[in-house]
Amino acid sequence: MIVIYVITALAIILGMFFAMGRGVSGPTLYDRVLAVNAFGGMTVLMIAVLGFLMSRPDFLDIALVYALINFIGTIAVLKFFEYQDLGKRSSFSETPK
Amino acid sequence: MSRALFLIFFLGLVWILLSGHYTPLLLAFGAVSCLIVWFLSHKMDLVDHEGHPLHLQPIKLFMYWSWLCAEVVKSNFDVALRIIKPSLPIRPRVFTVRTTQRTELGQVIYANSITLTPGTVSIDLRGHEIEVHALAEDPANSLLTGDMDRRITAVERPQPEDPKAGQR
Amino acid sequence: MNVVIDIVSAVCLIGGSAFVVIGGIGLIRMPDFFTRLHAAGVCETLGAWLVLLGLLLQAGWSMVSVKLIMIFLMLAITGPTATHALAKSALHGGVKPKHLDDN
Repeated sequence: MIVIYVITALAIILGMFFAMGRGVSGPTLYDRVLAVNAFGGMTVLMIAVLGFLMSRPDFLDIALVYALINFIGTIAVLKFFEYQDLGKRSSFSETPK
Repeated sequence: MSRALFLIFFLGLVWILLSGHYTPLLLAFGAVSCLIVWFLSHKMDLVDHEGHPLHLQPIKLFMYWSWLCAEVVKSNFDVALRIIKPSLPIRPRVFTVRTTQRTELGQVIYANSITLTPGTVSIDLRGHEIEVHALAEDPANSLLTGDMDRRITAVERPQPEDPKAGQR
Repeated sequence: MNVVIDIVSAVCLIGGSAFVVIGGIGLIRMPDFFTRLHAAGVCETLGAWLVLLGLLLQAGWSMVSVKLIMIFLMLAITGPTATHALAKSALHGGVKPKHLDDN
């Protein structure tokens, strides 16, 4: 199984290189954010596979936290682009009282 | 009140599943954290009908999920073939689909399912219309049959328990 | 029995990594932003699911599999949300979807 884990990890690294290429060459800013998001998703898988490869399942906690941070980071960056401010309430999150 | 109990129950479940240690000290820490999180989300007015999908039918929801998984697998193979073909056979298009769900949660499930299926991405949601970007004709046509829309509407209960749901 | 599970999980892992690489290739090859969203979708749906399924088969019934299922749920819920947020804010930011033909 070790060989399979190594092949999977190498394939994910290849995918990460492709995402990084898009992040470097992306014509618009949103392409770069998309590349970072895809890169983060691959990193979660990478951490999980590495945890199995080194038979240290504790890595899965880190992968879980990384998935969360990836999502929150993407949303925060997009909110900053959209409203130029992280603290302002967005128009669709206000409920009429 | 039942919503608060539900929230605390699920938070405790997540704590117990993630920690893996069952000493009294750590369990007490977990209980305290659950109460703090409940207090904060109560202050932020987050404990409402959206967080507790009691107006969905669980069995039909699981049936919908398994159908959705099959759809996602099928369209993944479709999009992957389009990517690796050297001629890159894509014809992107934008169109709108109408939603027939009564609640906001149903609409969210619909839009998220559209996005989860590769080949179609929901890019905007106004009122009862979702604007969809599709990679080619086939994914667009399979969405335009309205199959997914019907299935999600069937997941919702005929009579929403919360009368405020759906008219916000 | 063990051998069967090993083979199935190896197939899942290799298939998942193939989808991740195909998604990466799509990220490079696609002509405009909105079509790249679909390529990224391939990586983070079936690619991620198959890799996690392969690991889940190796883990068996333990705390590890619970965590893998939690990662799966997290990816399945946050993935489309992030993609939709990206598409919507790109649309508001002035990126126009490219039509290769008019209809």
